[in-house]
Amino acid sequence: MSELPLREPAPADDAAEAEPRPGHIRKPVGWSMIVIGVLVAVSAVLVWRRDGIDGVLEILTHDLALFGGILPRVLAGCLLGAFIAEILPHEKVSRSLGPRSGLKGLLIGTAFGAILPGGPFTAYPVASALLTVGADFGATIAMVVSWTLIGYGRAVAWELPIMGTDFTLWRIVISLPLPVLAGALGRFVYVRMYPKAAP
Amino acid sequence: MSAALIIDILLWGSVAAVGLIALRRGRPVITASLREGTMDFINIVPRVALGVIGSGYIAAVIPQEIITGWLGPDSGWLGVLTATIAGAATPGGPVVGFSIGAVALKAGGGAPQVIAYVIAWALFAFQRLLLWEIPFMPARFVWFRAAVSLPFPFLAAAIAMAIGRP
Repeated sequence: MSELPLREPAPADDAAEAEPRPGHIRKPVGWSMIVIGVLVAVSAVLVWRRDGIDGVLEILTHDLALFGGILPRVLAGCLLGAFIAEILPHEKVSRSLGPRSGLKGLLIGTAFGAILPGGPFTAYPVASALLTVGADFGATIAMVVSWTLIGYGRAVAWELPIMGTDFTLWRIVISLPLPVLAGALGRFVYVRMYPKAAP
Repeated sequence: MSAALIIDILLWGSVAAVGLIALRRGRPVITASLREGTMDFINIVPRVALGVIGSGYIAAVIPQEIITGWLGPDSGWLGVLTATIAGAATPGGPVVGFSIGAVALKAGGGAPQVIAYVIAWALFAFQRLLLWEIPFMPARFVWFRAAVSLPFPFLAAAIAMAIGRP
């Protein structure tokens, strides 16, 4: 784990995301977006009433800059997901990350999530691609949880500078077993919830 | 070299590497995946715009003191539960979640509670599920993953209490 405290928004965590999923063109507007849109509008009005138009503009300028910085990474994430979905051999993926991949599959998912570069704009599209090509819920959960909790992107870019080294390192140490446990629990629950889907 | 730059290089390096493999599989493979990736990008940009530009406003109206006041070292398991709920409810990006965690630590919050807060927020912050994860993944998977993740802030807090760190 490198310790350079950088302040740049590196993997803008909540910032951007991409989504490549073969054959899944999404509607640009869905109910989740409407909920968020309403929340944002209400919040913006509250900010305006509290801080005036200057407060609103200040947040807007800052977030627009963030948005501009993130866009190329969103594109990279989309392309990465699309390529991975296209080139990964389905058979191999379902063997090493499928329902019967055992502990090894969970460990592979964990390792993959930990080394995956980029932010959510990479992780979710790639996780989605893995599901498409034959990984099971368990291994994919291990990957997503590992990316969130022990991936270096968020930790280096945000957690180290804000929370400090001591907290961050211990938080990561404590998190180490969690992806495998989450994946195992996911598998355990999944085969009982959807007995027919299990092999 | 800044870490942001390193991450960008890694990211685009990975794109180039898998792109090269796709290219060697032949033209149809590369054009199909390029088209797929670009279409996904175009579809996702409005969401990203709303999320990035909007979360600043949501974060600006959340009273941070309320969240941090509940996480004191004497708050015990009730504090861990509160922290988990607060983590799930915290909107906005990494800056918001970690900043609240840092404020809580500075204001005398207990380490296990703050650990639970940060981990709950990382695992299943509601706004992130809704705005980022659902668009990219099957909704069934997202809810399933969030549900399965529920015990882990508590487990992490228990480990932190057991080892007495950080």
